[in-house]
Amino acid sequence: MKRRNFFKFTGLAGLTIAGKSASAQEIEPKKEFVGVLVDTTRCIGCRACEVTCSETHNLPVPDIKNDGALAAERKTSETQWMVVNRYETEKGEVFVKKQCMHCWQPACTAACLTNAMYKTETGPVIWRSKKCMGCRFCMISCPFDIPKFEYNSTNPKIQKCSMCWERLQEGKKPACVEACPTDALMFGLKRELMEIARVRVYGHPQDYVHQIYGESEVGGTGWLYLSAVPFDQLGFRMDLGTTPYPEFTTDFLYAVPVVLFGLPAFLMGLNLLARSNEESIAEKGR
Amino acid sequence: MTKQEKPKLTQEFVKFVKFIISEIKPKPPYFTPFNVITIPIILLGMIILVFRFTKGLGAVTNLSQEFPWGFWIGFDVVTGIALAGGAYIITFIVYVMRSEKYHPIVNITVLNGFLAYVFYAGALILDLGRPWNIINPIIGNSFGFNSVMFLVAWHFLMYMAAEFLEFSPVIAEWLGWKKIKKWLSAITLGAVIFGITLSTLHQSGLGALFLMAKGKIHPLWYSEFIPILFFASSIFAGLSMVIIEGSISHRVFKDHMDSEHKDSHNEIIIGLAKFATVAIFVYYFFKLLTFLHNKQWTMLNDFWGFWYVLEVVVFVLIPGCMLAFGVKQRNVNIIRVGSILAIVGVILNRLNISIIAFKWDAAVKYFPSWQEIVVTLMIISLEIWVFRWVVSRMPVMRKSKR
Repeated sequence: MKRRNFFKFTGLAGLTIAGKSASAQEIEPKKEFVGVLVDTTRCIGCRACEVTCSETHNLPVPDIKNDGALAAERKTSETQWMVVNRYETEKGEVFVKKQCMHCWQPACTAACLTNAMYKTETGPVIWRSKKCMGCRFCMISCPFDIPKFEYNSTNPKIQKCSMCWERLQEGKKPACVEACPTDALMFGLKRELMEIARVRVYGHPQDYVHQIYGESEVGGTGWLYLSAVPFDQLGFRMDLGTTPYPEFTTDFLYAVPVVLFGLPAFLMGLNLLARSNEESIAEKGR
Repeated sequence: MTKQEKPKLTQEFVKFVKFIISEIKPKPPYFTPFNVITIPIILLGMIILVFRFTKGLGAVTNLSQEFPWGFWIGFDVVTGIALAGGAYIITFIVYVMRSEKYHPIVNITVLNGFLAYVFYAGALILDLGRPWNIINPIIGNSFGFNSVMFLVAWHFLMYMAAEFLEFSPVIAEWLGWKKIKKWLSAITLGAVIFGITLSTLHQSGLGALFLMAKGKIHPLWYSEFIPILFFASSIFAGLSMVIIEGSISHRVFKDHMDSEHKDSHNEIIIGLAKFATVAIFVYYFFKLLTFLHNKQWTMLNDFWGFWYVLEVVVFVLIPGCMLAFGVKQRNVNIIRVGSILAIVGVILNRLNISIIAFKWDAAVKYFPSWQEIVVTLMIISLEIWVFRWVVSRMPVMRKSKR
């Protein structure tokens, strides 16, 4: 045991014995979902996040000076886990970063029959190559159309943002958050990010619309967005509702065990009935 | 050492191997139109599959990030399985309800169902990007219990086993294994009940796959009742297929049928059409119910509205009426036409949900590549080859000769 840990341990143990405040829950680190708050009013469209994202995850690095990619709205792809888009709005041009939303109850993980798509304990949704069999049901299910598939590979992978899961385990922030020069991106616990977001909206009602995208969309997402203009002008889907997507299949899945055990019993009953019918007919005929 | 001195078991084994070899050999005539058409398709399909497995799915398919599921899933698996539903309906009628009238067709229907599952559900493997990981959801190192796909995959596997058991008495008879046949026949009812239960769940499960595609499927086709609609339509789709396949087999495999099969043919078709009529109207009223419940008449004014009316009226309501009329008039030809229309309707419905009305507003729509279509034709051809081989050798439509 390391010295520091030893002190921590004895200190906490002492507190417990003293019966002052520490409960068992406080000794074990609490698992809370993390997320990122995107303040689109602060984004200047420099695309530094795109570059660092590609570098971090060994993807082709975009040539942001010359590729003119902001001209048209882009989607994430099998070589880009995130993209920045430019939108002409009533309040001038606005830049929006787009990547996996890291839903609280993701459709992709509910869809995955091998648990390759996995909601980690702290919130990021990651893809695990050793489990995936490439059925692409996650792509069918994702309301944001985020998972992308390498169609031209014999060892195809699903490519999507992992919120830099490896970096988070090392105690670092996601690469894009660290690279952002204007603090448009902020990493933290979702609970705390929601408070910050509300403070900004309430404190500057003239600068923000009264909505935090991701607060309750599809049951809430890890990534949250603030905007000065209505979100439908920024390419956000407004028709997704607040029901977590896995709930669309729960009724069906609950019915499965009922049918699996109820139907055979019913069929056996029918069969017995048919048999006894035959016997009674045979007896009458005699 | 003379022949007599050999142990009995070895002798039996040699006899068995010789019998199998003689049965595997193709029988003349070789240059039938069917062979001439399907052999090039099968060879071409094989070449395409070599490209698919050495260059990736993108080399031969038109799949994209927008359309992750194409013709191989939408037609081969989702539609193919619906049309293979005949087996569980017929086994229900014959083994559970003990209706002897349909006994002559039970073997051939189960064979058809089994092969359809092997080939069409098997086609799923061609579409998997990482097929070597297919063992993961089977051996239990990673079970996605909350996935509809997990349920469908497992039920496919277990249903194939159940159908194989249902068909196994015929194989035992073909091989002359009388004791084993008796034993296998005894467990048929169990296999049938298990099979019907699995079918109910995976037929509806195929529909449930699309529940999370809410917002991607045109609202005229998306409803929370997709699983029930898929189940109801698989009943008359399966029955219609049995009617059509029966009619074709009746002509093509005349020589392999005994008189019992030939004589009861028309009676059976009319009887099956009766069941199909009930199922198709139940399905139609379910469709109507969702239509009214979701106030969908407001959506009928464009192409998609027209397309929907075409599917529901021309290919559900009209074949339903034709089947009913055919039963009343005892006219087998009207029943056959009605069955074909009903089959087209189910194909259209499955393709609409999985491909055509899926991302109906996308800028670039998906259309299958010629390679995807050839591979599909290859799968159908291979299935018919195996079917023909089994029917011409095993006592499927006749009593055993041995």
